Amino acid sequence: MKALILVGGYGTRLRPLTLSVPKPLVDFCNKPILLHQVEALVKAGVDHVVLAVSYMSELLEREMRVQEQRLGIRISLSHETEPLGTAGPLALARELLDVDNEPFFVLNSDVICDFPFKDLMQFHRNHGQEGTIVVTRVEEPSKYGVVVFEADTGRIHRFVEKPQVFVSNKINSGIYIFNPSMLSRIQLRPTSIEKEIFPVMAEEGQLYTMELQGFWMDIGQPKDFLTGMCMYLQSLRQQAPERLHTGPGFLGNVLVDPTAQIGDNCTIGPNVTIGAGVVVEDGVRIKRCTVMKGARVRSHSWLESCIVGWSSSVGQWVRMENVTVLGEDVIVNDELYLNGANVLPHKSINESVPEPRIIM
Amino acid sequence: MLKAVILIGGPQKGTRFRPLSFEVPKPLFPVAGVPMLQHHIEACAKVPNMKEILLIGFYQPNEELTRFLFNAQQEFKISIRYLQEYSALGTGGGIYHFRDQIVSGSPEAFFVLNADVSSAFPLTEMLSFQKEHGEPNSFVILGTTANRKQSMNYGCIVENEDTHEVLHYVEKPSTFVSDIINCGVYLFNPDIFQHIGSIFQKNQQDMLLEEPTNGWHRAEAIRLEQDIFTALAGQGKLYVYKTLRFWSQIKSAGSAIYASRLYLNQYHKTHPERLASNKEGGPKISGNVYIHPTANIDPTAMLGPNVSIGTGVTIGAGVRVRESIILHGANLQDHCCVLNSIVGWDSTIGKWARVEGTPSDPNPNDPFAKIDSETLFRDGKLTPSITILGCNVSIPSEVIILNSIVLPHKDLNRSFKNQIIL
Ligand SMILES: Nc1nc2c(ncn2[C@@H]2O[C@H](COP(=O)(O)OP(=O)(O)OP(=O)(O)O)[C@@H](O)[C@H]2O)c(=O)[nH]1
Ligand SMILES: Nc1nc2c(ncn2[C@@H]2O[C@H](COP(=O)(O)OP(=O)(O)OP(=O)(O)O)[C@@H](O)[C@H]2O)c(=O)[nH]1
Ligand SMILES: [Mg+2]
Ligand SMILES: [Mg+2]
Repeated sequence: MKALILVGGYGTRLRPLTLSVPKPLVDFCNKPILLHQVEALVKAGVDHVVLAVSYMSELLEREMRVQEQRLGIRISLSHETEPLGTAGPLALARELLDVDNEPFFVLNSDVICDFPFKDLMQFHRNHGQEGTIVVTRVEEPSKYGVVVFEADTGRIHRFVEKPQVFVSNKINSGIYIFNPSMLSRIQLRPTSIEKEIFPVMAEEGQLYTMELQGFWMDIGQPKDFLTGMCMYLQSLRQQAPERLHTGPGFLGNVLVDPTAQIGDNCTIGPNVTIGAGVVVEDGVRIKRCTVMKGARVRSHSWLESCIVGWSSSVGQWVRMENVTVLGEDVIVNDELYLNGANVLPHKSINESVPEPRIIM
Repeated sequence: MLKAVILIGGPQKGTRFRPLSFEVPKPLFPVAGVPMLQHHIEACAKVPNMKEILLIGFYQPNEELTRFLFNAQQEFKISIRYLQEYSALGTGGGIYHFRDQIVSGSPEAFFVLNADVSSAFPLTEMLSFQKEHGEPNSFVILGTTANRKQSMNYGCIVENEDTHEVLHYVEKPSTFVSDIINCGVYLFNPDIFQHIGSIFQKNQQDMLLEEPTNGWHRAEAIRLEQDIFTALAGQGKLYVYKTLRFWSQIKSAGSAIYASRLYLNQYHKTHPERLASNKEGGPKISGNVYIHPTANIDPTAMLGPNVSIGTGVTIGAGVRVRESIILHGANLQDHCCVLNSIVGWDSTIGKWARVEGTPSDPNPNDPFAKIDSETLFRDGKLTPSITILGCNVSIPSEVIILNSIVLPHKDLNRSFKNQIIL
C-alpha cells in the first residue's frame, strides 16, 4: 500500500522554527511531525511513502534514508521544481502511485490526530467510489471551508468556504484516500486539490466523507501547535499512560525525554513536552510548553504557552508567555520578560519584550 | 551654637507619593532602610556645635512621628522637637511663626532643610563657605547644576561667578534662566526673620485693602522661594554654594528607589555595617543591599543591586529582588521576581509571580540629569513607572504585575499591566 504526503509548503506560519528545518522535521511531542504520520501509515500496512517536496529537501532526504532503514519501507521523494500546490504533486508522482490498481492515501504534512488509516481504507472500499476525505468537527465553522454531505452515506454534496450561515460543522482534515483513476483528473501544473479537484469529484458523486473520531489539529502555526500538543498528550494519557512522566513536581500530562535533566523544586505541567538533552535547572515552573532538544532553562524561570527551540537557552528569573516562540539557538538573558515574542534563530535577547512582536 | 529646621510639610502634601503616603507620613518613609528624615537628622547632628533640631510641619501629632523623634533623640543624643503649624504656612511662614523657638538660646546661624530631598548634605562645607565668601551676615543656598531642560522644574539661581552672590532667583520658570538650581537646603541667621517679617507686614497691608476675609491666615503664609529669595537676590545678602555631591528630590515613589540607591552608595563611607555582604549560609548579594536584621532570607535568594529589605520581611527560596524597596512584614514566596518596585507593608507575593516596574532613573549619560518626577499620566495614559504595591496587598502565584500601582488591601486574582488598581 502507498501514501503520498504533501511536504512542499514553505511552512511560513510556523516560523521561526521552519527557518531551521522544513516543517515536517519540526519536533512535535519529541518526534518530527512527519514521523507521526509515517509511523501511523506503516502500522496500517503502507510500505511505500512518497514525499512531495519542493524546498530544503536535502535535510529531509537524509532523514528519510535513516527512517527507510528503521521502518523497513520504501520512501521516495518526488521533487517539484516549482510549487505545484496541493494537487499538482499527485500528477508529478503519478508513476509511483499508479502501479497496481490499489487505492493510496494522501496527507497534508501538518495535521495531527489518531490517524484512522485502516478504517479509512475499509470505508473507502465499501462505498466503492473514487475518493474519501476524512472530515473533523469544529466549533466555529465560519472560520473554515466546510463540507456538506449526506448524513447516512457520507456522500459529499458541496463545499462552502467560510459559511456565514450554518450549513455544516465538518471540515476537511487533510487526510484522503483515492483510487488511482482520480489521477487522470489532475494536470501537471500548480493546482489546488481543495478548490479545483474536489468540487468536481463531489459533483460527479465520486467523493465521500468519513468522520474522524477523537482529536485533530492542524499544527501549522505556533498557537495551534501548542493546542495540538495538549490534545496529543491527552490521547497518550488514554492510550499509553506509561509514556507520560509522573512523580512529585509533575502535574497532568507531561512528556519528558529520558535524557533530559530536571532540577529540584520544579513544577512541570500540565501539558509540557521536554526534549532530548534538555536541562531544566532548579525551581523552574513550566506549563503548556514545548522545550526542544538541547535547550536549557535556567533556575527560577516561569514559562507558559511557549515553544523553546532547539539548543536555546533561557536565563534565570525569566518570564515567557503568550505563545513566545524561540527559534533555534536563541539566548534569553536573565530576568527578562517575553510576552508573545517571536525570536528568529541565533538571536541573543537583552531586553524585555512586553508586547507581542518579532525579534529579527 | 547652631540649630537646624527641617520642613516636613503635612498630610495634604506628598500626593505624588500615594499610595505609600496613606500609611506613613512621607518624611518617615524608609529610604535605604531608615526613615527619609533620619538622613537629614544624622547630617545635622554631625555638624559641630549643633544644639537642636526642629521639625516644622502641619501633621497632627501621631504615634509614628512621636516614636521616630524619641528614637532619634536617643540615637543622636540631641534635642529634636516637632513644632506643628496650625495650617500650611508655606516654606517661609512656618519658620517665621516659630521664630522665637528658633532664636531661643541665641544660635548664630541655623540650617533649613526640605524634608523631601536626598543629599550628601554638605552642611559643614556650607558653614566654611559662608565664612570665606559671604558677607558676615549673609545667607547661603545649597545649589547644584542641572541640565537646561530640567532646570525649569526647580528654583533657578543666577550667580556672580566670582563672588557666588545670588543675582537673580526665580522659582520654576517657564523659560530657561540658569542651570544652577536650588537644593532646598539653606544656611540662615536670625536676620532672615526681618526679611520674612517685612513680607508678612506687606501681606497684612495688602489684606486690609482687600475685602475682609480670614486674611490673617493668608498674611502668614509665606514662601521662602518666591517671596524671600526673589527679593533678596542682588542685595548682597544671598549666596549660593554649589555642590558636586549627590542630590535628588523625593517627590514620586519612584524617586524613593533612586534616593535609596544614592544613600546605599554613601553607606560605604558612612555606614558600611548597613551593607549586606556575601556570607556562608546567606543570600547572594549583588551590589548595595540593606537588610534589616529581623528579616528572614533564604540562602538561595539573590538580592541587589539597590535593594532595601525592612523589618520582619520573609524572602523564600530562589527569590530575586533588584532595584526595589521591600517594606516591613512583606512575604516574598519562592521563585518570585521583584524588579524596580516598592512592595508595601505586609504584602504577599506568590510563588513565581513577577512584580516589575520601569525605572525612572535620570539619564545616565548626562552627569547633570535629575530624576523626572512627572505626573502619573501623559496623554491620558499611565506613564510606565515603578510598580508599587500598597500595604497588605496580595499577589497570587505565577502572575505578572507590570508598571502598576495597587492600592492598599487588594487581593488580586490575575495579571495586571499599566494600571492603577483601586
Ligand atoms: N508538494 C507541495 N506541497 C505543498 C505545496 N503547498 C502546500 N503544500 C503542502 O500542503 C499542506 C497544506 O499547506 P499549508 O497548510 O498551507 O502549509 P504550508 O504552505 O507549508 O505553510 P504556510 O506557509 O504556513 O502556509 C502542507 O503539508 C504543505 O506542505 C506545494 O506547492 N507543493
Ligand atoms: N512646615 C511646612 N513645610 C512645608 C510647607 N509647604 C512645603 N513644605 C515642605 O517644604 C519642602 C518643599 O516643598 P515645596 O516647596 O512644596 O516643594 P517644591 O520643591 O517646590 O516642589 P513642588 O511640590 O513641585 O512645588 C518639602 O519638604 C515640604 O514638605 C508648609 O506649608 N509647611
Ligand atoms: Mg500555505
Ligand atoms: Mg517650592
